[in-house]
Amino acid sequence: MATRETPKHDALVAELKNRFGAKILDVDRSFDDCTVIVDKASIHDVLAFLKNERRFNLLLDIAGVDCMNLPKFRERFEVVYMLYSIPDVVRVRIEVPVSELDLDIPTATDLWKSANWGEREAFEMFGFNFVGHPCLKRLLTHHEFVGHPLRKDYPLMGGQWCATTSDMTEELNEPR
Amino acid sequence: MTDKISIQEFVPKEAPPRYSSRDFDSDVDPKRDDFDEGLTLPDINTTPMFINIGPTHPATHGTFRVYAQLEGETVEKAGVDVGYLHRGFEKIVEVKQYNQVIPYTDRLNYCSGLTNNVAYCKAVERMMGIEVPPRTIAIRVIIMEIQRIMDHMICCGTNIVDIGALTNFWYFYNARDKLNDVLEALTGARLTYSYTRVGGLAWDLPEGWREDVKAALKEVPAAIKDVRGLVAKNRIFQDRTRGVGMISAEDAISFGWTGPCLRATGADLDLRKVRPYYGYDQLDFDIPVGANGDVYDRVIVRIAEMEESLKIIHQMIDRVPDGPINIDDKKVTLPPKDKVHTSMEALINHFKLVIEGVQPPPGRIYDATETPNGELGFYIISDGSGHPYRIKVRPPCFYTMNTLKFLVEGGMVADIVAILGGLNVIAGELDR
Repeated sequence: MATRETPKHDALVAELKNRFGAKILDVDRSFDDCTVIVDKASIHDVLAFLKNERRFNLLLDIAGVDCMNLPKFRERFEVVYMLYSIPDVVRVRIEVPVSELDLDIPTATDLWKSANWGEREAFEMFGFNFVGHPCLKRLLTHHEFVGHPLRKDYPLMGGQWCATTSDMTEELNEPR
Repeated sequence: MTDKISIQEFVPKEAPPRYSSRDFDSDVDPKRDDFDEGLTLPDINTTPMFINIGPTHPATHGTFRVYAQLEGETVEKAGVDVGYLHRGFEKIVEVKQYNQVIPYTDRLNYCSGLTNNVAYCKAVERMMGIEVPPRTIAIRVIIMEIQRIMDHMICCGTNIVDIGALTNFWYFYNARDKLNDVLEALTGARLTYSYTRVGGLAWDLPEGWREDVKAALKEVPAAIKDVRGLVAKNRIFQDRTRGVGMISAEDAISFGWTGPCLRATGADLDLRKVRPYYGYDQLDFDIPVGANGDVYDRVIVRIAEMEESLKIIHQMIDRVPDGPINIDDKKVTLPPKDKVHTSMEALINHFKLVIEGVQPPPGRIYDATETPNGELGFYIISDGSGHPYRIKVRPPCFYTMNTLKFLVEGGMVADIVAILGGLNVIAGELDR
């Protein structure tokens, strides 16, 4: 079933493939959504292209995924960027496979300010290292918490004893 | 990463000079207009003061913490600490069935639980290719708009209370209580409704419910009129909120704002208009937008949105079609209870569905709904089993809270409270 967005997705996918070639690993169009799977090496270029030249001005969310128990996957982890273009009324998702052995990924905070907390949450939940992030600290969990709770090998039950209060100096001095 | 500052650096090496009222020019008459000009203060060696607001503070309406470095009454720097209500929603739902997630969604934005129910079910249904019956769609639209009114009443009421005007709170809560009675008659609960199911609703409307809704809605315009009359042109309220916590539309979009907070800056992004679902494009309503993106505009936009929601409910309430409320699919909807007790096929069907749950096809979906706070999105990964492989919630106030540091820095301490109330940050959906 085609929606109003389908032709926009077609055009966008063609353009991305044309411009980035083999760096676009795959495209998933199931459920009328548009997901572009991008190689980690050029993720920042793709995001900057979408932001600056294709008017994707809203970074809605950043989700981490642990693909360990999925039937097939490229790398163990994935970072998913939900983008939305207010002027063009079109959504797109960008997925980046991230190896367990190399969790570094360039930050998107220079493109969208919303990436700040989105990346902090993905960092604490999965352990990605967003290179260049101004304040990559734990956000929802306690600052003494050990481990990355949304990984599939993190146990569901159990707890950790966290006692001290954060002094917040890094948050205080985070540049505007 | 910037260098750490030590609080010790700001402790003066010698005690600040003490001064008394005798140091001031005694000729100055305090009643004179130029009193301030005649006042000469000695150089005061001020040291920054660090204060901690929250995590349990009456004005935070939830559990989060603002740590502020003050210079006099001005906030020089602020750090925002969240996560005090983190319950691991995204971890626990991975071992639940799709229908068992619905009560957890109630606890996201607990001021409008029904909207979260609908948003979640809408996402799962799109994944499974389910078209819910027209009666269900009409009921869902009505309860979502009732919840929008109720959520805005809480937000505006408490925001104005924080600034110091208590009466408005009672006006809104009187009307809100009537609406809550209506929803209690429908769902049996006043806070955590859990009314929707994948493929439909838990049960049909009770008898006479539509008349109850109409009666309850009569209270709302009066409450709006009262509050707007007390607030909109009120000099004290305007002084307190105009120009406070201002943000441009461009910055707000960069920060990922959606919903009434973004619309207060002048950007008219409303998913009900730009990406309509559930027949919102057939309905007649407007999108109120502000101009300055300050606390005042956020309150006024919300009050105006309540009127638009009223319009939607009045259009829908008499147009609820007859028919089933659940889709006719044995893999989604439980069989009727009397059949379960009398028919073997229905019993097996019931057993299989309860044990295995609904099973969306493998894949990934992101589905967003315009909730009272903004865009609530569910990113769901299914591996084809009865349990979601991963659910990522996109809570609207997570990204407005991200901005709080930038809104309060440079302002006054008292403005933190006004800004925090205007953003309508709900800890349940912020921390999940």
